[in-house]
Amino acid sequence: MIFDALFGARFLFKQERALGMEFFAQQMINGITLGSIYGLIAIGYTMVFGIIGMVNFAHGDVFMVSAFIALLLFLALTSVIGITWLVLAFIIVLLLAMFFTSVWSWTIERLAYRPLRGSFRLAPMISAIGMSIFLANFVQAVQGPRNKPIPPMFNETIAVTSGGAFDVTLAWKQIVIIAVTIILLTVFWYIVQKTPLGRAQRACEQDRKMAALLGIDVNRTISITFIMGAALAAVAGTLYLIQFGNVNFADGFIPGVKAFTAAVLGGIGSIPGAVIGGLLIGMIEVLWSAYVSSDYKNVAAFAILIVVLIFMPQGLLGKPEIEKV
Amino acid sequence: MRWESQPLLHVEHLTMRFGGILAIDDLSFAAGRGDITALIGPNGAGKTTVFNCITGFYKPTEGRIAFARKGLASSADVAALTTTGKRHAHMPSGDIYLLERMPDFEISAKAGVARTFQNIRLFQGMTVLENLIVAQHNPLMQASGWTVLGLLGIGPYNKREREAVDKAKFWLDKINLLDRADDAAGELPYGDQRRLEIARAMCTDPVLLCLDEPAAGLNPRESADLNQLLRNLRDEHNTSVLLIEHDMSVVMQISDHVVVLDYGTKIADGTPEAIRNDPKVIAAYLGVADEEEAQAIVGGGA
Amino acid sequence: MTAAPPRPQTLGEKLPQALRETIIAALIAAGLAFPIIALGAEPDINNQLALQTRWSWVFTTILLAAGARFLAFTLETMRSRFVAAAGLLCAAFGLGTWYFAGVADPLLIGGTIVAGAAAIALGYFIDGDADVAPKKRTTVSAQDDTSTALAFIGIGVLVAFPLVMLFAFGEAGSLKWINNYGVQILIFVMLGWGLNIVIGLAGLLDLGYVAFYAVGAYTYALLATHFQLSFWICLPLAGIMAAFWGVLLGFPVLRLRGDYLAIVTLAFGEIIHLVLLNWVELTNGEAGILSIPRITFFGIPFTAEENGFAATFWLEFSPIHRTIFLFYLILALALVTNFATLRLRRLPIGRAWEALREDEIACRSLGINTTNTKLTAFALGAMFGGFAGSFFAVRQGFVNPNSFTFMESVWILAIVVLGGMGSQIGVALAAIVMVGGTELLRELDFLKQLFGPEFNPVQYRMLIFGLAMVLMMIWRPRGFIATRTPSIFLKKRKAVAADLVGEGHG
Repeated sequence: MIFDALFGARFLFKQERALGMEFFAQQMINGITLGSIYGLIAIGYTMVFGIIGMVNFAHGDVFMVSAFIALLLFLALTSVIGITWLVLAFIIVLLLAMFFTSVWSWTIERLAYRPLRGSFRLAPMISAIGMSIFLANFVQAVQGPRNKPIPPMFNETIAVTSGGAFDVTLAWKQIVIIAVTIILLTVFWYIVQKTPLGRAQRACEQDRKMAALLGIDVNRTISITFIMGAALAAVAGTLYLIQFGNVNFADGFIPGVKAFTAAVLGGIGSIPGAVIGGLLIGMIEVLWSAYVSSDYKNVAAFAILIVVLIFMPQGLLGKPEIEKV
Repeated sequence: MRWESQPLLHVEHLTMRFGGILAIDDLSFAAGRGDITALIGPNGAGKTTVFNCITGFYKPTEGRIAFARKGLASSADVAALTTTGKRHAHMPSGDIYLLERMPDFEISAKAGVARTFQNIRLFQGMTVLENLIVAQHNPLMQASGWTVLGLLGIGPYNKREREAVDKAKFWLDKINLLDRADDAAGELPYGDQRRLEIARAMCTDPVLLCLDEPAAGLNPRESADLNQLLRNLRDEHNTSVLLIEHDMSVVMQISDHVVVLDYGTKIADGTPEAIRNDPKVIAAYLGVADEEEAQAIVGGGA
Repeated sequence: MTAAPPRPQTLGEKLPQALRETIIAALIAAGLAFPIIALGAEPDINNQLALQTRWSWVFTTILLAAGARFLAFTLETMRSRFVAAAGLLCAAFGLGTWYFAGVADPLLIGGTIVAGAAAIALGYFIDGDADVAPKKRTTVSAQDDTSTALAFIGIGVLVAFPLVMLFAFGEAGSLKWINNYGVQILIFVMLGWGLNIVIGLAGLLDLGYVAFYAVGAYTYALLATHFQLSFWICLPLAGIMAAFWGVLLGFPVLRLRGDYLAIVTLAFGEIIHLVLLNWVELTNGEAGILSIPRITFFGIPFTAEENGFAATFWLEFSPIHRTIFLFYLILALALVTNFATLRLRRLPIGRAWEALREDEIACRSLGINTTNTKLTAFALGAMFGGFAGSFFAVRQGFVNPNSFTFMESVWILAIVVLGGMGSQIGVALAAIVMVGGTELLRELDFLKQLFGPEFNPVQYRMLIFGLAMVLMMIWRPRGFIATRTPSIFLKKRKAVAADLVGEGHG
């Protein structure tokens, strides 16, 4: 209702869908679900940017590849091996997808980015764009151009409110998505904050040369960063598959851009920032579609990206940059 | 004492904060027309920050920087100009600019304050000659009819460009780099790059030249040449010089006026002789207990 | 005394290591290939995915990866470019035949192996005693003035091109050459030159250049269909419109640097694309604008009627006339872009662009208004994009948003980078190689005989394009022509080595 009061006149054409607080609450739940996925992808962008200062354009496509891997593994587990217990299948798929996606990401870093370290600054970026194009078209070539649907799973819903004008529901898959995101982020947070590996990563972020002098294997640390980013992207890919039920070879670009927007919004280089940014972008997108127009929902994402970069390039949690003269 | 009788630069109550750090604290000094003024102080005293404020790369948190392109910056006129809210005016005492109100490029283009950088900032991928031509951008831009006439090939551009080349040749000759005019600036040895940066700044026809550690990294021979060049700029080209320098032999030999900074405040201001014997400078500037040692360093150029 | 550079070790000494690397490569390839290559899933009639296994593909991938690693390892010890090229060719050929065909023809496999082995043997023969010389990097080489002569020859060839084609292939046969090769390549040459101002000279990485191309195309399409304005009036208007949008984009992004600038321009390009797609009232959405008036010969239409071009000039009517005219039109537009750019480089604004690319702070210290300098670069680059766009619209006769996607921006960017940022001739060469190369994929009919009629190499053009971008960056990150030609000289024009030339802020 508040929304209507504030923006009522402009969104009259969506009036029939704007059914008060319940509707809004439902959108928030959907937004958090979507935002979890964006946040998981965004971490990959933010970590790579933090450690080697490059926008890994191919990360969105790594996410897409991971969704395909999850899809194929799921089919293999259920139809070939015949696992019927969905939860077990899901856990196995998740772990295997993380592994195989990491192999992809490691290889990409090793072949397309590492040879360019120390080369001129545009080179890794252009190489990454090339990699992104290659991945999308590679998947198209080996898996075909059509949408790949999977049977719906975790589809049962729980009614949160009932009897009102609009029933707020929570689907099991949304619970799964949010729970998995929270668990993995905790594990990941522990690795980055508490282990020697995490320390090495933070040292490389601060000063790569100095870190190397202190005996940190910088190349290995960077490789592991790519692997961690990819593993989280694979989680996102698997959850995306569960949420939307299908995947297509072209599905890397737009979620990639949105996740990147999330990383920038949160403050690039900041891991909590990426998660917060992801949740915000997810909610904005869902609310925009619900209350304004779903035609322009991607325009909204791009517009946010532009506005954030121009007016607060350090994002919500990033460090401001002082121009050195 | 030209900084008192003929000041061309007045820095008044300059304060610069970066977040919680106070880099410059209520600093005031003047520089005289035709003087070589040296700004000295230990590392981190805020010298380069003062430069960045004067040349517009930083906006000071507080304070006023008045500069007289012609004439002198009398305090009455500066005060009058400040109240008008304008950046610049022809006042009775001189042609006065309030630098803290101007964007960086206008300080060079209009007020006539040029600078060099501590970490040399040449256009490395352009030739030595091109570096000097780029420095003459604004007059050439005008000659090319803001590109429109130049693109159509009419107007005085070609003639002006030849004149610009002549001016570049003059400066190259002066710094002994004429035979390297067609080489990339990034290929020059370090000492040559330092001199080229000064020549490039001179191509903007500055009234005040601000040099950030021009002698850093030079060998004694090059350092002596630099002293010669700076004196020559002052005496023959009517250019006032403001320089930051650590090399006391340079400071003591060529400067007419020395301002000493420590922790963002001025601790001494006067002729080289006065500074050399100032106990406050010796104590604070060097932070050394051994007075003899300090004396030896401060008096290095004597 | 200086030590001689170490001689490459022989393969024998490195064999155990080579085998170890090969096995690791095979394992990684296995990890990559499973499951995305090993398993395929196609929806059946009930839209249920049915799983297929393709173990032979996986096996091939592993073999190829192992072979490639072995070859690469061998090459690292020999360092001969010739061998590298030969080996790469072999690998590419092998990959292409095995992988895409999905069949293993023993003749092909044998041929690939023999060719690879021959290349290695040849490498030994050539490099037997060669020392590994460190690459010289920061040399400044003298450049003679043959480039001017070459440029004139190039222009001569281009002017003669349609007539020669007409003569050689006849009216029907030459259409493909003049249109698909000539006009198409020249459009990208022009776009490349336009973007070169922004990226190559001013050093501002613009990933949304296609937006200006779109603005130009839609400006012509809308003005021509709604107000019946002729192409010759619309052309400058399209340029002005695009330049206006260039400034509009330029203003907010002035402060941005590096990758951020690239991302914002990308977002801008995408927004323009999405607006074209969704603002149906103005742009007719995805269907686009149809029946845009075609080009006329300065008012004389290319029709078979009495007042048409053919009749006016006592020729027999042929659709090729229009194509030839379009060819000369885009040639003229491209040359105007080129000469304007060459002239701009010698003007203060052009030098300021290059200085900006080298060091923005130094520019400001010399009194250069960097804001205006950047905006002019955006505006002029966009203007040429707008010209190209309106040409595109008049050539196609229809426009829709699908011609203006991010991929088009990437194509243009790739042309500029591949050509060598800032080099006009390099960009032209890159456009010929890239656009001509993809067109040539259509010509490879013999591949169909090899792989069966199902095989269509054009299908893989983006795959090859993406891979080529990566390889290009590794092989020559500074493009074909990496050196910079100074805009002015005192005694001798010497090219500046790429390592010294700045890359700008974005």
